[in-house]
Amino acid sequence: MVYLTRKAEFSASHYYHNPDFTPEENRRIFGKCNNPNGHGHNYTLEVTVKGEVDQRSGFVVDLKQLKDVMHREVLDAMDHRFLNKEVPEFFTRIPTTENLAIAIWQRLESKLRQARLHRVRVYETPDLFVDFYGEA
Amino acid sequence: MKAHLTRRYRFSASHRLHSEQMSADENRATYGKCNNPHGHGHNYSLEVTVSGPVDERTGMVCNLTDLDRFVEREVLSRYDLGNLNTMQEFAQIVPTTENLCIEIFEILQRGFPHAHLERVRLEETMMNSFEYTGGAEARK
Repeated sequence: MVYLTRKAEFSASHYYHNPDFTPEENRRIFGKCNNPNGHGHNYTLEVTVKGEVDQRSGFVVDLKQLKDVMHREVLDAMDHRFLNKEVPEFFTRIPTTENLAIAIWQRLESKLRQARLHRVRVYETPDLFVDFYGEA
Repeated sequence: MKAHLTRRYRFSASHRLHSEQMSADENRATYGKCNNPHGHGHNYSLEVTVSGPVDERTGMVCNLTDLDRFVEREVLSRYDLGNLNTMQEFAQIVPTTENLCIEIFEILQRGFPHAHLERVRLEETMMNSFEYTGGAEARK
């Protein structure tokens, strides 16, 4: 088994708010992230796939195909967007880095050919990142 | 859905690698420059990884504020700008970055209740780092 990681960057804005919480609870739990006008991050996405190296091509995965899928499924949908208002997963779910990693996994998993998805890592800042391995 | 969350912190501390169980020659041979009697310092970079189910209501594995507050109070305020050799936990063991990594893991393991501790990773310099995930006997 060989693992291959492809990196991409995108910028987006979000805010954290749960309509089931009171305004006080929202402020206490989410702090500054509860500001309804949102704020932004430069996200770094790392997608790791795994598989056997193909005898003929020497590839784990066709990097062009992986890059195209990441662009179509993730960057086109999320880059320079307000996640709460423009990305359907976050109309009802809070766009935390945890949920972002899960949403990206779900967008990519069914679209990849050859290699299997191993890990989605999303950096919100250089000092904070989330890994999702598709675990229930 | 289970996710892993990693947060990075920084602190600076000094240490001297020296074992009372070795002769002066052995200490020099084993630790080299790190055996200099006056010690030396590093800018450490600490990565703490916790895991757990993502809470439906908050979208979080655990609230970062809780993790930051705990690490600040129990780790950074203890070690930042300190001399590791003067601390009680290093009275009997050498403050290598391996041992510091284990100590920090155990502080979190004992005291942080909000998520499962997966891993502590400690960079001593950009060129070397150490990881401890608990479980097996750490020291021989």
